[in-house]
Amino acid sequence: MSLRSILDSMEPHFHKGGKYENFYALYEAADTIFYTPGYVTKTGAHVRDGIDLKRMMITVWLCTFPAIFFGMYNLGFQANSAMEVMGVAQAEGWRGALVSLIAGTDAASIWDNLILGAAYWLPVYLVVFAVGGFWEVLFAAVRGHEVNEGFFVTSVLFALILPPDVPLWQAAMGITFGIVVGKEVFGGTGMNFLNPALTGRAFLFFAYPAQMSGDAVWTAVDGFSGATALGLANTGGVAALADAGITWADAFIGNLQGSVGEVSTLAIFAGGAVLLWTRIAAWRIVAGVMVGMIAMSLLLNLIGSDTNPLFALPFYWHLVLGGFAFGMIFMATDPVSASMTNTGKWYFGALIGLMVVLIRVLNPAFPEGMMLAILFANLFAPLIDYYVTEANIKRRVARNV
Amino acid sequence: MIEDYLSLFVKAVFVENMALAFFLGMCTFLAISKKVKTAIGLGVAVIAVLTITVPVNNLIYTYLLADGALAWAGMPDVNLSFLGLISYIGVIAAIVQIMEMLLDKYMPALYNALGVFLPLITVNCAIMGAALFMVERDYSFGESVVYGMGAGVGWALAIATLAGIREKLKYSDVPAGLRGLGITFVTVGLMSLGFMSFSGIQL
Repeated sequence: MSLRSILDSMEPHFHKGGKYENFYALYEAADTIFYTPGYVTKTGAHVRDGIDLKRMMITVWLCTFPAIFFGMYNLGFQANSAMEVMGVAQAEGWRGALVSLIAGTDAASIWDNLILGAAYWLPVYLVVFAVGGFWEVLFAAVRGHEVNEGFFVTSVLFALILPPDVPLWQAAMGITFGIVVGKEVFGGTGMNFLNPALTGRAFLFFAYPAQMSGDAVWTAVDGFSGATALGLANTGGVAALADAGITWADAFIGNLQGSVGEVSTLAIFAGGAVLLWTRIAAWRIVAGVMVGMIAMSLLLNLIGSDTNPLFALPFYWHLVLGGFAFGMIFMATDPVSASMTNTGKWYFGALIGLMVVLIRVLNPAFPEGMMLAILFANLFAPLIDYYVTEANIKRRVARNV
Repeated sequence: MIEDYLSLFVKAVFVENMALAFFLGMCTFLAISKKVKTAIGLGVAVIAVLTITVPVNNLIYTYLLADGALAWAGMPDVNLSFLGLISYIGVIAAIVQIMEMLLDKYMPALYNALGVFLPLITVNCAIMGAALFMVERDYSFGESVVYGMGAGVGWALAIATLAGIREKLKYSDVPAGLRGLGITFVTVGLMSLGFMSFSGIQL
């Protein structure tokens, strides 16, 4: 019996009047994962292409995998190294007990590191996925729209930018806010104006600033304290980074403390290359962010400051520290909340690049600027589009008079 | 000098945005933000009114109302600051009235689009708020020009952004109970989350 006939035999139960009509959205989601839906556009001009929203979202999801696996390895590596220094034999709590069943705490062993990292990150992801999925399906069932794979992407991106030791209830709160207020009240995927994952992250950031501010380090070991790379740069510039033993190559490959997703610029670019090559992520936005960031940091280098060492931080450090690379590849290119017009994408990207350096350097309250910079640019995206189209209209009128 | 003015301006536009940090001037902010064109028209009107009223009120406060301000008239013991509110609102009402006549004469389309909300700028709390902030923070005349303009530009920027977002949200499928003002409130809340990126900047 083929998969198709199993699905077909189930289908009548989910239609109107069937036993499970309330769960039609779930059936539809499962069906379209395995088979491209047979619906075709009946009117108007349209593009013929094998890729639909579902394929697109799954591709983005797969592209985060290099960052996920490297991030989990690195999380375990940092935690195991820290425990070695502190002389702790086993990670604390139920996670430690779980890890000790199948792996040791040797920082040199890739397996041990990966398992410890997974013990921290996977529960967060599962909670985020389950809670986010619950809201998505609830809204889909009640409001009669389809379950959209947008939430696959939202949940994995959200889990990747959380601190690894975030309490699970906070993760659940954040994704609830992101999905419900950031997206579903506007009608679901494609109708919101802020990136839902970042909305949830920003909600946690302002609601629980003590755990989320991003200047103290997020290593998954109790009692281990230190500053994040950005926090170090904030107090002493590049010299402080060198004192802490962080080289540019370390930061590029990802051998430093931080959220799971953001540490390795290399792994993020590996996924990002696929996104750019398949044109799911707009290259204009990515280029715009780079241009804006480089221009602003060069300007600040030029201005200089005696009291704030971050002024002197060169652009290639901005690129590898904190969430810049992750935000640029995965968050800024969100097709819904970014500018839609080609010219607008350049301005939108450049605005993010400018803002992230400005917030990092000039705002002492937030050592990390990527999240807020993208949210800020999201607000202006519709206005940018408006002016780009107005300018086009004017140009066409002028041409035809 | 220039640097101080510049940082005051940036602070008034972004850090202490009238609409998104203090939530002042909400009634017009919510009502006239359906279309970008009218929103920008109103924004420009508010910039003009603020740039004129704040310095004028500053002069009135310094030379007539403040404690001992009447020393130049030979009355150093007189303190008229209790007349503050009523004189500020009088100045604002007069300027808005002039503004309205000018718009009616030269830009009738915008005048009709703004409708009743143009005279209502008089009671727009952002404008009264700017006058009161100016007194509370002891701005000099030069500072009050810069502050008035900055507060206006910040408010105009916020309403133009909101109008852009609302034009986009026209195509959204908002639940029935939230349509109209409800979703606009949610939108404004999320917008101020985005503007939080500036909170804490010391200038």
